[in-house]
Amino acid sequence: MHNRNIWFWLFLTPVILGLGLVVVIPFIYGFIFSFTDWNGLTATKFLGFEHYINLFQEDEFMSSIWFTVKFAVVTVILLNIMGLGLALLVTRNIKTNNLLRTVFFMPNLIGGLILGFIWQFIFVSVFDDIGTLFGIENLQGWLSTTSTGFWGLVILTAWQMAGYIMIIYIAYLENIPKDLIEAAKIDGANGLQRFKSITFPLVAPAFTVSMFLTLSMAFKIYDQNLSLTNGGPFNSTQMVAMEIVRTAFSDNQMAYAQAKAVIFFLIVAVIALTQVYYNKKREVEM
Amino acid sequence: MKKNKEKRNLFSIEILGIALGLLWIAPFYLMLVNAFKTKREIFSGVLGLPESLALENFKQAFIDLEFLKSLFNSVLITGLSIAVIILFSSMAGYALARNKSKLSGIIFFTFVAAMLIPFQSVMIPLVSIFGQANMLNAGGLVFMYLGFGCSLSIFLYHGAMTGVSKTMDEAAIIDGANRFQLFWYIIFPLLKPISVTVGILNTIWIWNDYLLPSLVLSEANATIPLKMFYFFGQYTKQWHLALAGLTIAIIPVIIGYFFAQKQIIKGVSEGAVK
Repeated sequence: MHNRNIWFWLFLTPVILGLGLVVVIPFIYGFIFSFTDWNGLTATKFLGFEHYINLFQEDEFMSSIWFTVKFAVVTVILLNIMGLGLALLVTRNIKTNNLLRTVFFMPNLIGGLILGFIWQFIFVSVFDDIGTLFGIENLQGWLSTTSTGFWGLVILTAWQMAGYIMIIYIAYLENIPKDLIEAAKIDGANGLQRFKSITFPLVAPAFTVSMFLTLSMAFKIYDQNLSLTNGGPFNSTQMVAMEIVRTAFSDNQMAYAQAKAVIFFLIVAVIALTQVYYNKKREVEM
Repeated sequence: MKKNKEKRNLFSIEILGIALGLLWIAPFYLMLVNAFKTKREIFSGVLGLPESLALENFKQAFIDLEFLKSLFNSVLITGLSIAVIILFSSMAGYALARNKSKLSGIIFFTFVAAMLIPFQSVMIPLVSIFGQANMLNAGGLVFMYLGFGCSLSIFLYHGAMTGVSKTMDEAAIIDGANRFQLFWYIIFPLLKPISVTVGILNTIWIWNDYLLPSLVLSEANATIPLKMFYFFGQYTKQWHLALAGLTIAIIPVIIGYFFAQKQIIKGVSEGAVK
């Protein structure tokens, strides 16, 4: 018994040290210091909820939350439609299906920072040239306004992540029994009917998985934001993640930034737990 | 008659797929084509093909990116992190799966729950603590990747252990093996498929990570994304050089994807569905 415990703890020591020193202790430490005037090294005063009261009155922080929420809603809807659409496309018996999977997935392997720079070129130079060529004024000056910056980020994210969501839907689509589809065909159901009554209900769990992933991804996005718009113009496209980094390392307000980070954690955790709850409830029903 | 209609249907789907595929790679195409143009050519139009190949863009970008050095740093940091994550997470996944006690349940739950914490929520104290311990360097970074990467990895290994029979353990113990030998010679090789998945998922993330290295590493030890950030800042409005640099930076990924695309897509799908 005693002997058994020694190896158990030896096997766990490295990861406990890793998680403890990198995640758990900083998390607790940060939570405590968010109530003080901590400057990153020392704290002299306990301030209570002062930072928390201030951050809710700060326009920049609130607008970054609002921007992130809008972004999350749009990208979650868009990514799920695109992901399912692409998955339906490449699971058909076409010659190019493997090649297409490879192509659609490719952007996921390249970092968000690099992709953001590439798309900055597309939006600024290529859009501009196409706009001039065809006389479409709306294509000019992209990323220089709040709304074009928003849609620029949406387009970049949709293009990057759709292939990832596609992979999830493919996994579920390929698990649908073939004879179910065949039986429906024999019964005379057309493509739309088959999709509505068989395919769609059976890939519904994939929707739960991908909604969780897309939501948390949309809330945590940073690199793409930094390299595509850098939060501009006038911080109007700055998402929460970037707002926290800026407050901490550009404005040097460590405790205040940490209070924002705590709020950020609560938002992400509530979304994730709501998802899990929703998921579990549905599993019981099934 | 019906067969014909189906064939025509498939044909139009194929065309749609190819059109979408071309749209998908258009950004890469535009990047590549313009990377070969001179500054003046880009200014006068980005849609056409280059008149001549301005290879000096690549030469200059290669030098300014200190590409071989950044590549070496990226390979070293990613490689070490993956090795550490695979080794220690598989050990932990094994220990937690074999020891069914209340305590091990709590430990497992803690690791899984930690996945809820976004990086920004621990970033500031993390940098502060590691800074005071003089660990803001490549070694510290590898350790941080272990901390952030072990949760999902343990979760995947733990799940895979259900497929490894306990009789393996018993037989090896009877033959006189200790736990480390048993794990290393018998269990770890059986976990190879999941190790591939864990390796792929963590490589994609660590290779491309920008924010954490930007807080930890100095410019002299920069990884590719970090160096790319400095490089790009230096060449705003000079798209011919910026695009050549971006092209160089993604070449290693494209080569890796070319050789391991089957495993990568399989690994991602396993990681996402579990």
